[in-house]
Amino acid sequence: MSFDWYPLWNSLRIAAISCVLVFFTGIFFAYYAAKLPRTVKGVLDVILTLPMVLPPTVCGYFLLLVFGVKRPLGIFLLKFGVKFVMTWYGGVLAAAVVAFPLMYRTARGAFESFDKTLAYSGQTLGLSNTYIFWRIRMPACRQGILAGTVLAFARALGEYGATSMLIGYTPGKTATISTTVYQLWRTNDEKGAMFWVLINLAISTVVLLSVNMLEARQKKAVRA
Amino acid sequence: MSLHVDIRKALGSFTLDVNFDAGNGITSLLGASGCGKSMTLKCIAGIEKPDEGRIELDGRALFDSAQGINLPPQKRRVGYLFQNYALFPNMTVRQNILCGLCREPDRAEKERRLRDILRMMQLEGLEERKPAQLSGGQQQRVALARILVNDPQILLLDEPFSALDAHLRDSLKVEMRDLLENYGHEVLMVTHDRNEAYNMSREIAVMDKGRLLTVKPTKALFADPGSIPAAVLTGCKNIAAAKKIDEHHVDVPEWGVCLETKAPVREGLCAVGIRAHYFNPSAIQNRYPVHLVEEMEEPFETILHFRFASQRDDSPAVWWRLNKEKRPQTFPEELGVAAANILLLYE
Repeated sequence: MSFDWYPLWNSLRIAAISCVLVFFTGIFFAYYAAKLPRTVKGVLDVILTLPMVLPPTVCGYFLLLVFGVKRPLGIFLLKFGVKFVMTWYGGVLAAAVVAFPLMYRTARGAFESFDKTLAYSGQTLGLSNTYIFWRIRMPACRQGILAGTVLAFARALGEYGATSMLIGYTPGKTATISTTVYQLWRTNDEKGAMFWVLINLAISTVVLLSVNMLEARQKKAVRA
Repeated sequence: MSLHVDIRKALGSFTLDVNFDAGNGITSLLGASGCGKSMTLKCIAGIEKPDEGRIELDGRALFDSAQGINLPPQKRRVGYLFQNYALFPNMTVRQNILCGLCREPDRAEKERRLRDILRMMQLEGLEERKPAQLSGGQQQRVALARILVNDPQILLLDEPFSALDAHLRDSLKVEMRDLLENYGHEVLMVTHDRNEAYNMSREIAVMDKGRLLTVKPTKALFADPGSIPAAVLTGCKNIAAAKKIDEHHVDVPEWGVCLETKAPVREGLCAVGIRAHYFNPSAIQNRYPVHLVEEMEEPFETILHFRFASQRDDSPAVWWRLNKEKRPQTFPEELGVAAANILLLYE
């Protein structure tokens, strides 16, 4: 029997897809939250940050409440053949919800420290708001956004609580690295568990190292 | 070419309420920090929205609350030089200036105008530099180049020299004034520095706590500020409450003196001002006994703090400023001021 690499592949695609989703939604909410009136912003901020402080199992519980197959939304989605419970793309949903606040908060911090006069001068020169957003605001906030993306990816890759609540553990179907580690350890396969722990360590190290290298290269480019 | 502004906007502790017209040439908005002068510029540029009123540029309504007009900044054709120049840090000098040419569709024309402005602003050879690699003066020139190629119908300058070292400031002032005089459009400059306003502008509008006090030709304003805030902003050091006695005499109880004035005194007088340079030991008019309190030396001038013999104790010392070479060996027993040099300040 060949070795089962499925958890690696599944974890990577869940983390990658949820990271892309969180990248855009996080930036979208961070950008518009900064423009809202103070009170609305405060309330929205609490709601959007909650998944970060709640135990992931509680997030998973809420997800089941909304998307469970016996719940109205779950029943409705099932008509279109979409089922978030016990599917790999349910894992994307779970990871995205838990990783979202990391992207949202770091992006918001970056946007808030952005020098508004840059946007204003762009506007008076006649540049479109879209151009200003993508070519001036985003590059100026690059560090914060990059940091948020990496944090979100790392968090999505390590997601366990909400994932196990929503999609469980089915080898070859919903198994991820983190659920596999637990499963193998539970069944006394310490060697197997250790193997996946090392895989996880390797991925995380590579991600963090490449971020550091990117940052160093940027600083060099600015100085040159 | 003309700019008409008549706007109101509630700001924290006061209301911005300005109404003025500006013609060709450089007009300065002179006021203390936080008096609403930058806010006025932002309203003209469309970055901030007034609560009500109308802004008109060359007959074109940029903002009109009654008609529901509020053009976005992109459509106002207003050039805005920010205090920190607001150069895009991720772009080179060339890319920054090309942003100013974003309305020009033709590539060859774009390139030609870029070359022209680089030559005119002496920026050749710096095209591929990032803003962080430029000196303060170069940054200012790039920011101006980026605005000028954009061909705005009015230029707004927000404290244009405040980010520069003192020694650079003076030479750049001359450069910028010459450039703007050839520019041919209306220029509105915001500053809290009276020297800058005097050097650069043909007309000065004085602002205080959101209100526009006076708009006058530069020299006329310095000769007759007319109000206490304007006197302070034009650098008058000695100001005291005063009452009208008759056509040409005012009583200054704080100093315990009665002063003769050349200009006729109108009703509503609240104070008089005497510039520190205007005291003179040999003046015959308004001559009163004085005594020295302390002296402060500057490189080329000296400031003598003195009190009138009849001055009230709670009143601050009066300033006399003069060239060091003219400093008398012993402090004079009496000082006078020409009647023409008494500034009459009204409510």
